[in-house]
Amino acid sequence: MENSILDVIPEIPVADWMANFIDWLTDNLSWLFDALRDSGDWVMDSMTELLLLVPPVVFIILLTALAFFAGSKKWGLPTFTVLGLIYIYNQGLWEPLMFTITLVIVASLLSIIIGVPLGILMAKSEIANFIITPILDFMQTMPAFVYLIPAVAFFGIGMVPGVFSAVIFALPPTVRFTNLGIRQVSDEMVEAAQSFGSTGSQQLFKVELPLAKATIMAGINQTVLLALSMVVIASMIGAPGLGERVINALQRAQVGPGFVAGFALVVLAIILDRTLQGFNKD
Amino acid sequence: MATKVEIQNLYKIFGKKEKQALELAKKGHSKEEILEKTGATVGVNSASFKVEEGEIFVIMGLSGSGKSTLVRMLNRLIEPTAGDILIDGENVSQMNKDELRKVRREKLSMVFQNFGLFPHRTILENTEYGLEVQGVDKETRQKKAEAALDNAGLLPYKDQKPNQLSGGMQQRVGLARALANDPEVLLMDEAFSALDPLIRRDMQDELLEMQEKMHKTIIFITHDLNESLRIGDRIAIMKDGEVVQVGTGEEILTNPANDYVERFVEDVDRSKVLTAENIMIRPQTLRANKQGPRVAAQQMKAEGLSSMLVIDDQHQLKGYVTDKDVLAAVKSNIRNFDSILRTDIPRVAKDTLIGDLYDIIYDSDTPVAVVDENNRLEGIVIRSLVIGALAKEREEESNNGE
Repeated sequence: MENSILDVIPEIPVADWMANFIDWLTDNLSWLFDALRDSGDWVMDSMTELLLLVPPVVFIILLTALAFFAGSKKWGLPTFTVLGLIYIYNQGLWEPLMFTITLVIVASLLSIIIGVPLGILMAKSEIANFIITPILDFMQTMPAFVYLIPAVAFFGIGMVPGVFSAVIFALPPTVRFTNLGIRQVSDEMVEAAQSFGSTGSQQLFKVELPLAKATIMAGINQTVLLALSMVVIASMIGAPGLGERVINALQRAQVGPGFVAGFALVVLAIILDRTLQGFNKD
Repeated sequence: MATKVEIQNLYKIFGKKEKQALELAKKGHSKEEILEKTGATVGVNSASFKVEEGEIFVIMGLSGSGKSTLVRMLNRLIEPTAGDILIDGENVSQMNKDELRKVRREKLSMVFQNFGLFPHRTILENTEYGLEVQGVDKETRQKKAEAALDNAGLLPYKDQKPNQLSGGMQQRVGLARALANDPEVLLMDEAFSALDPLIRRDMQDELLEMQEKMHKTIIFITHDLNESLRIGDRIAIMKDGEVVQVGTGEEILTNPANDYVERFVEDVDRSKVLTAENIMIRPQTLRANKQGPRVAAQQMKAEGLSSMLVIDDQHQLKGYVTDKDVLAAVKSNIRNFDSILRTDIPRVAKDTLIGDLYDIIYDSDTPVAVVDENNRLEGIVIRSLVIGALAKEREEESNNGE
């Protein structure tokens, strides 16, 4: 490359800074990360074992019933659910399915627990909105694989780093939609609430959150699907489940098994998405 | 009567450079000047007035006149930039959050232009809201809310959601909700403006009826002069954030404070504002006990009349006589009106609107008599006067249309 005036500035060691920062965190907070990993592993292992205790037939019936009520008692979604789950069982993917479900549930719950209050904070405070918005942009646009590196540095390999990276990736929609939903509540609703002498929390819980519910649920739906997609990617750092099968097939260039596991993921995604949407409509 | 609400030199500046703009406004610079110099908008400019207990005080102005901002400063949904708001002598503008919340809960209720009903709550739950946030227990607040709904004839709808009701009914709920926690002052922000004209009129009547029983202090915002004249005990007219005139409807119509008010007042639909009293004339009358057909014939000839009204000594209307009957009576040498007196003359009160008068006079061969509650004759209205008054309005409308 030709010399340019820009070469006056020596290369800034951003990579070193970041690496040093992560090292520092790992060294100084290892007690915390270890505790999180051990308790996280324990919770998720128990959860998966619990799910595996349920006989697959019962599990399929329960999930189909759920789909039936979510889909306003039409037969399309329940039929798909039955056939899809039988397919997954038939292909010997039942145990990986339960691991994936565990990871998605834990990552989604954590995202909601963190995301909804954060969204409320952003809706109420312009300063919080100003600070958090670029962080959310960062979380969503940074390639998902990049999260895997610090996740491994903090938690080693396994389920916990998988959930950690899934939460980072899946959190933004819940935060954004909660913020949006509350800001969309009309001025007249807010004025009505205030004019009767509501306290801040009465206004939030009796008026704003109920009115923002549909929007927040749309965000949560997105979060669940993003969590699912990240859980698959997290298999690269040892998270078990359907993604593990996909990665294995990828590494050995096995088209057949890759498709079988990939299709199982599609089935799961469709069941999750349509069921959640169905409940949101009610 | 005691003063219930008083505002003193109230200002609201929107935008940056609030202080600078306030200084300029206090020095008497105009809204445009201040906008040019500071970029700030003067929403309300040195507004002052007193509202008496139990009256309907209307604040009227076109959009952008600051009337909605002003009413929102009374319960501080909008914070005033400067000035005082006194409710029962207590300065609301100085209150901390807790004191303000107490005032909002106990003294002031608000009714909104688009009803402000919570769509996720039933009619009953909406009506309960004010009591609910005060921490009233469920049983008591339901009882009170149901009573308020019952008053408005809405109890059968209590389990429906607001979007299942028509606009007029939704606003009745809005009003019932505002009344459920028994406030002393009712703030109504363009409360009937979103309703169609017939429903709006019904609601105005209902409000007046309710007011006769409840005697609340009502501050009512509207851009509609007819509405203000119909319901307002007193009216404040606002322009560019300033209160330009305060007075009764009569005072404002007869004595507009400046050109702006005059122009505003010109737009009044005359048929809805002018009454029989405004256009009635003094009638030529005959005294039943003292005068007979000969006098009548003489006067009719002199004045060129085809009929005359007959009254008694107490000035009560007996009826009328026609020229033909009078001449026939003179020929037959009859001395009094008893045999020729006709009584089929329409009678109206002096506050009858011209709009209503038109239909009556259209079907009548005689003039319309204006009488008081004791049937004493106060004047008559003849067809040409009604048509003349209405024609003046049409003429103005067509001029405005050009």
